Amino acid sequence: MKSLLEGRAGRFLVGLAPYAWLAVFFLVPFLIVLKISLSEPQMGIPPYMPLVDWAEGAFKGTLAGYRTLLGDDLYLFAYLGSLRLAAMATLGCLALGYPAAYAIARAPRHRRHALLMLVALPFWTSFLIRVYAWIGILKTEGLLNMALMGLGIISEPLQILETDIAVTIGMVYSYLPFMILPLYATLEKMDLSLLEAAADLGCRPFRAFLSVTLPLSMPGIIAGCMLVFIPAVGEFVIPDLLGGPDTLVIGKVLWAEFFDNRDWPTASAVAVAMLVLLVVPIMAFQHFEAKRAEREG
Amino acid sequence: MNNRGFALYTALALVYAFLYLPIMLLVIYSFNASKLVTVWGGFSTRWYGELLQDEQVLGAAWLSLRIAFLNACLATGLGTLAAVVLVRFKRFSGRALFTGMVSAPLVMPEIITGLALLLLFVGMEQVLGWPDGRSMTTIVIAHVTFSLSFVTVVVRSRLAQMDRSLEEAAMDLGARPLTVFLRITLPIIAPALAAGWLLAFTLSIDDVVISAFVSGPGATPLPIVIFSKVRLGVSPEINALATIVVALVAVAIAVAGRVMMGKENQDG
Repeated sequence: MKSLLEGRAGRFLVGLAPYAWLAVFFLVPFLIVLKISLSEPQMGIPPYMPLVDWAEGAFKGTLAGYRTLLGDDLYLFAYLGSLRLAAMATLGCLALGYPAAYAIARAPRHRRHALLMLVALPFWTSFLIRVYAWIGILKTEGLLNMALMGLGIISEPLQILETDIAVTIGMVYSYLPFMILPLYATLEKMDLSLLEAAADLGCRPFRAFLSVTLPLSMPGIIAGCMLVFIPAVGEFVIPDLLGGPDTLVIGKVLWAEFFDNRDWPTASAVAVAMLVLLVVPIMAFQHFEAKRAEREG
Repeated sequence: MNNRGFALYTALALVYAFLYLPIMLLVIYSFNASKLVTVWGGFSTRWYGELLQDEQVLGAAWLSLRIAFLNACLATGLGTLAAVVLVRFKRFSGRALFTGMVSAPLVMPEIITGLALLLLFVGMEQVLGWPDGRSMTTIVIAHVTFSLSFVTVVVRSRLAQMDRSLEEAAMDLGARPLTVFLRITLPIIAPALAAGWLLAFTLSIDDVVISAFVSGPGATPLPIVIFSKVRLGVSPEINALATIVVALVAVAIAVAGRVMMGKENQDG
């Protein structure tokens, strides 16, 4: 039976609204970013020249924005800084998240749901407020230094706030649920009889973990790492609040070019370069997600 | 419990402490009479009083609530339609592009989305004369664009798991497709719609970076106000605000949990 929903016209109507919305408000904006990254800056509103001079019929594009990126070490260091901090945050999330996900997946079945809820719960409170909480903890006269000095572990307060360590802590804190949830999903589905088989064959628990559990949880590790690494590369709020003036990341550079220097072409070029940097992990993520969706759907 | 189990549970307890301790400290220090963060000056609700007299914060909170509400409704509608398209329509021209556009906002750095949307609004204003500056409208459009993908993810999995024979039965009995969708499909995926709505609401009311690009002097949502205060350092007023947010979220979760438990009991 050919129904309205299944028919061509029906499909077209259902798909039209989300398709049009995303095309106009997601796809087109990126084309505009690309266009402005090739434009000449000017003083005025908007602060860039048209790409095509219709009166003369001439193409007025320039690679000046990109040349600035290549010519100034600042941008290279900012990219490297973002990659390093994102990598540190990803490793931190994995180191904390794997044991947690493992413990939840092996907990009694009736408790797993509640334990998992506890991981996801902080996500529902404000991200900004959770990052802000760390300022009071990490600053020189903050709670962590007070506690460490009170316990006699250190005699002088440590400078933690405004360092890369503070930014890494903030990122691990904010993104940890995104690591634990996919890890839990793969660990929970694992067939435990494989471990019994390994034990029967004389395999010690740690060896069995390395050669059975770890490879089987690889899809979860990859998904979790992508979910942490990709947003961490583009992060702005955490390095801005917890980092110092020396914390050089690409999100802060883009922000400064746009809001402080009002250099829209350079800001756009920075955005395009950031996308190029992220395109491989984003495509890989989409590929894995599509495969997962096919399996489930 | 063996040694390994003990080690695992210790690790888990440490992770929970890591997740909850900072929030608890904020709550405790919101009742601190002293302006200094680390000096306990006795119990006081002084910062709550000051917060409730702060016109800027109150106005921003009201604006944020309205934006989040509108955003959640629009994003749930569009996100559900997108989920229907992805699950039910397996082959159509432009499916690859559509799949990409739906999932890209999930991982796109906010700073890029924000910049791109602002440049779009500026361009549209030049060409079409609309939108007239940055306002609540531009913020809602921007929020819907990134939160509808999250709704799609939630609704899509529920839609993919649902038993289609119920729809087929209704159709065999002569129900029209729209009736089938409204009377059969929608009630079945309703929990996912509610979850998606709440997710979109939370994402919107929490968003800093995208809002910073698309908001203007006339329309400043709460996170932007908090962000500019926080950039100047720790303030006890923000601790009080944080505590109110945590309390509201806790109540909302308790209510949602109650409702869902009741539903499960009904279903079972």
